[in-house]
Amino acid sequence: MSDTLLEVKGLATEFKHGKKNWISAVSDVSFEVRPGEIVGLVGESGCGKSVTSLSVMRLHRKDTTRISGDIIFEGKHLLELSDRDMQAIRGNEISMIFQEPMSALDPIMRIGDQLAEALTLHTDLSKKEVHERSVEVLRQVGIPEPEMTLRNYPHELSGGMCQRVMIAMAMSCEPRLLIADEPTTALDVTIQAQILALMEKIRRENNTGILLITHDLGVVAETCSRVIVMYAGHVVEEAPVDELFKHPQHPYTQGLIASVPRLGERLRRLPSIPGSVPDLAAMPDGCRFAPRCRYAQERCRCNDPVLHEVSPDHTSACLLSEQEREEVAHA
Amino acid sequence: MGKYIVKRVLSMIPLLFVVSVIVFMFIHLIPGDPARQIAGVDATIGEIDNIRRQLGLDRPLVEQYVTWITGIFHGDFGISYSNNMTVAELLIPRFPITIYLTICSITWSALIGIAIGVIASINRGKTLDLVGMVIAIAGISLPNFWLGLQLMQIFAVDLRLLPTGGVNTWQGYILPSVSMGAGIMAILARVTRSSMIENLNKDYIRTARAKGLPEPRVIMRHAFKNSAIDIITVTALQIGALIAGSVVVESVFSIPGMGRLLVDSIGFRDYEVVQALILFFSVEYMVINLLADVLYGIINPRVRYE
Repeated sequence: MSDTLLEVKGLATEFKHGKKNWISAVSDVSFEVRPGEIVGLVGESGCGKSVTSLSVMRLHRKDTTRISGDIIFEGKHLLELSDRDMQAIRGNEISMIFQEPMSALDPIMRIGDQLAEALTLHTDLSKKEVHERSVEVLRQVGIPEPEMTLRNYPHELSGGMCQRVMIAMAMSCEPRLLIADEPTTALDVTIQAQILALMEKIRRENNTGILLITHDLGVVAETCSRVIVMYAGHVVEEAPVDELFKHPQHPYTQGLIASVPRLGERLRRLPSIPGSVPDLAAMPDGCRFAPRCRYAQERCRCNDPVLHEVSPDHTSACLLSEQEREEVAHA
Repeated sequence: MGKYIVKRVLSMIPLLFVVSVIVFMFIHLIPGDPARQIAGVDATIGEIDNIRRQLGLDRPLVEQYVTWITGIFHGDFGISYSNNMTVAELLIPRFPITIYLTICSITWSALIGIAIGVIASINRGKTLDLVGMVIAIAGISLPNFWLGLQLMQIFAVDLRLLPTGGVNTWQGYILPSVSMGAGIMAILARVTRSSMIENLNKDYIRTARAKGLPEPRVIMRHAFKNSAIDIITVTALQIGALIAGSVVVESVFSIPGMGRLLVDSIGFRDYEVVQALILFFSVEYMVINLLADVLYGIINPRVRYE
């Protein structure tokens, strides 16, 4: 394996709640992204996926957010950089694309101007070269008439086209790392497949590391090489994608996988995980998944679980061993 | 766009016709008789009738209206009853004074109001925001005539820095512009602030930051440009209030402008002057709204003009 591109160690993000209180949105999150690999970050809404990605980009409001831990990008400690140095990295070495492509573009600025912004900021290209580069990236993301699209406004394009433009914008400065926050959630299925294929192409051609945030396990299975599963602000399991789907260890991951419909299976009621993600301000003690877990034991409610290796490259934060869970299931 | 402007200008014609009818009806139907005013208190009924006949006021209203409107098409706005000058002669020297006063008021109030709004929005909940909004509430709450009189007391009477009235020097414009613009400054500060706060929370602002744009650029090029759409709309609507303000403020500071002339002419039942003035104010209002619409279309590409 080549060396790491992004290393997140013990990340904790807290938001100000009222005058003096801080509530923790994510804590003790650690993971890595290597060049040329797509890492999936999965979990239900509100589990801290987006908070984690915005923390990496340092895009949270400063006055109401506290971030601690280490975020190391190509040897640079991002949390220690000045605002100016961080701006030089954003959109240049690390880019981000978002969930709602239509609202993520400025409605009153031409696509060409929005594309040119990052290029003029981060490169020394002349006006003409910026234009040429814009045409080139639009063509790369599969926009049929780039010259025309450059003069369009976002409302003149479809959602899929807008997301292509967003990706083109993110890729224009050839970033080393791309963070994609639910890039296909707002798009219909055929467009979804095209966008995912596009991201795969970018990874292959530019050796870009991609952190793909999603709640869609189908998307993960299709594109990612490794998966990180988050629950209530913690990482609960991490494994290569095949391993995770074949031998999910954490009961939460098992529940997620079981709730996805499969082709060729007899029609039946899909299992679901009972309950919902706990409120940030009222996190249960011990394992945060325990209240919804069918295997939960007394010790799950008082001991904090830690990620431990269950097999090479595969970590899980369940306090029980596979054998213990089986015993509970049969009891 | 060009086609749209032509269409808008043409659509002003029927509107102007309606305004002219309403203005004419209003002034002729309010009680009071210009002939009696001209003739004076000692005049006999015969003398008054004579004057009325000279002015054509004994004719049916429809006929008077037609005479008046035909005159306008020939560039003849009629004659002032009070001093025998033509209405045009009366208006021309007053016109630049009022226009100048209006431009001064709108310029300072827009600049300061928008600046307060932007600063307040990016310091939301902090001291600067609070100070800005206190200024805004004060500006909305103080009536312009009262503000004018207070300013006059402080700067003209006590400190003797500025003239109490008249516009013989440029200093004479300062206090009237401040009194006239205060309300608009306040409204623009509030509109700018709320619009900026709304836009700063939009997804495209996050995108702009994710591109690595420096914060001032994010605020001005993305958030403010989007807020400008709201600001232009509100500014255009406030011009009406500014015209009303000129009537009051010109009286307070004895400025020989069109607003003051309007008040004096209504008192004297100087029909033709009043009609010409109100028609002028209507045109002013329409032209400014047209300009606002055009500007709006330039900034906001989602508005498509057919």
